[in-house]
Amino acid sequence: METLWSIVVGIMLGVGIYLMMERHIVRFIFGLMIVSNAVNLGIFVSGRLTKGNPPLIDENARQLAEGFANPLPQALILTAIVIGFGLLLFTMILAYRAYIETGTADLNQYRESETS
Amino acid sequence: MMTDWLLVAPVILALLTGTVAALFMRWRTFSMQVIWVGAVVQVVAAIALLMGVLEEGIVAVSVGSWPAPFGISFVADNLSAAMVLITAIIGLATVAYASADLASRPSYPLYQVLIQILLVGVYGSFLTGDIFNLYVWFEVMLISSFGLMILDANRVQIEGAVKYVILNLISTLVFLLAIGLLHGATGTLNMADLSMKVPLMDDGKTTLIASLFLFGFAIKSALFPVFAWLPASYHTLPSGVVAIFAGLLTKVGVYALMRVFTLVFSLPETGLQPLLIIIAGLTMLTGVLGAASQFNIKRILSFHIISQIGYMVMGLALFTPLAIAGGIFYIIHHIIVKANLFLIGGYLNRKHGSDNLGQLGGTYKTQPWLGVLFIIPAFSLAGFPPLSGFWGKFMVIRASLETSHYILAATALFVGLMTIYSMTKIWSEAFWKAQPDGQTTEPLTRREHWLYLTPIVTLATLTIIIGLAVEPLYQFANTAALQMLDSTQYVNTVMGVRP
Repeated sequence: METLWSIVVGIMLGVGIYLMMERHIVRFIFGLMIVSNAVNLGIFVSGRLTKGNPPLIDENARQLAEGFANPLPQALILTAIVIGFGLLLFTMILAYRAYIETGTADLNQYRESETS
Repeated sequence: MMTDWLLVAPVILALLTGTVAALFMRWRTFSMQVIWVGAVVQVVAAIALLMGVLEEGIVAVSVGSWPAPFGISFVADNLSAAMVLITAIIGLATVAYASADLASRPSYPLYQVLIQILLVGVYGSFLTGDIFNLYVWFEVMLISSFGLMILDANRVQIEGAVKYVILNLISTLVFLLAIGLLHGATGTLNMADLSMKVPLMDDGKTTLIASLFLFGFAIKSALFPVFAWLPASYHTLPSGVVAIFAGLLTKVGVYALMRVFTLVFSLPETGLQPLLIIIAGLTMLTGVLGAASQFNIKRILSFHIISQIGYMVMGLALFTPLAIAGGIFYIIHHIIVKANLFLIGGYLNRKHGSDNLGQLGGTYKTQPWLGVLFIIPAFSLAGFPPLSGFWGKFMVIRASLETSHYILAATALFVGLMTIYSMTKIWSEAFWKAQPDGQTTEPLTRREHWLYLTPIVTLATLTIIIGLAVEPLYQFANTAALQMLDSTQYVNTVMGVRP
């Protein structure tokens, strides 16, 4: 199960990075969304995927028994998703503003700030 | 007990200052008083923390009564405590400077609030002992820097911001991915715990994860070849903002590199050391060559940030006690000097309405004392003895000779020479040359004058003090380097702390 999802993460990263290399800013943002979610999914998968077992540690044990999913990565991606969402919104608004200011969404046209 | 509170004090104080100031933003006078008091109190708290660390060695606290490695630890060793103090000083200097430089802008109070939130992120990054928590502080820092970038922005500034935002988002995503994989491989996020568990991982995994960390932090700290966002965005910013960015942001990246590649991974074991040595050399070289072709104060200084970052990373890459001590010394010196140069550039810009060297001139005739104030950080940057920059360069170059990295040492010396070229260019154009026709001079009120010059004078004084009192500071940096190379004390302090 984890192997399958690792491959999915890999494909998503590939697609996302391809889109991020595009010159059009909206495609870049789509790429950003996909990569961001791929990373979150990767963390999620790294905590094992199991069905229907609550992650409770036995009274005498020091760690989770085999076959349980580690709940910590799930808590981590909760944080990461929220942060990612905020950053994504900011990027979208910035891209729109850049489009209004420059009249183009082609990243290669943003030359005025370049050092020449 | 006292140090427990001091460890979280900088973060809490800055957060409190920012929040209260934001809540009372409509009462501008009161809100600004809060900012001033907050900034001063942060400096005091940072001094107290440094004293505590000097007295007790490494200190740590676990937040929320969860013992390490389960809870989030805050740790201060020599490096962290020194960085926090420098940050607080630069924060205070920026607050003073911004209240003259940015006061006329429509969103002025918001600038001050965001600067405080930026400081929250920077303090947090320096003090945290948990790698996921480091990511969170990075984000706090990042989002407030995004805000500062686009306040009252014009077209060029928005363009610069797009590049800054894009590259920094890529960097944080890679950083997050690396954290995820590291957690998957070791099952822990506490850096002290990681330092015990990472050596048990097999080599392939270590190299892979370490490379991801290196890539993420390389963008953050503007290393070769991923520095492009810095010269494209910094020069578009108002001087009050760019000073704090130039002083602190990239240095947080360097700090993270130093922390992760000494504590979590040991650099030689990751196999990345030769690569990092090459990167350090090329970073120095490209930065200084980029600066040579520029003719605008802010752009020249932006490129010099990159070349100076090379020296710090060189310290880490050589990985001997002397080299790392030199790197630490260099960071502390650089933050002060670089922020100061941007402040002086900003003052000239305000006074004459331009920071293009062609339109400046004659400053030495009208304000000779400003020339002196410029010479101090400029020569320090280039590495003239006995100013602070000389000692930093001396230590890293000596370390590179000791480890027989002759090409790297030669590069470092050559870059120092080129730095002098850039600094004399600014000197001869902005200060020495006759005043160009049609230069406008904006009269400043007495209050503005003081607000501009007090931070400049203070930072210049600090540069001289560091240069003259080098022996105790060298001992301090040396202890810091030893603490980093032998993580036993760090690990014991963190893992042994009572909640």
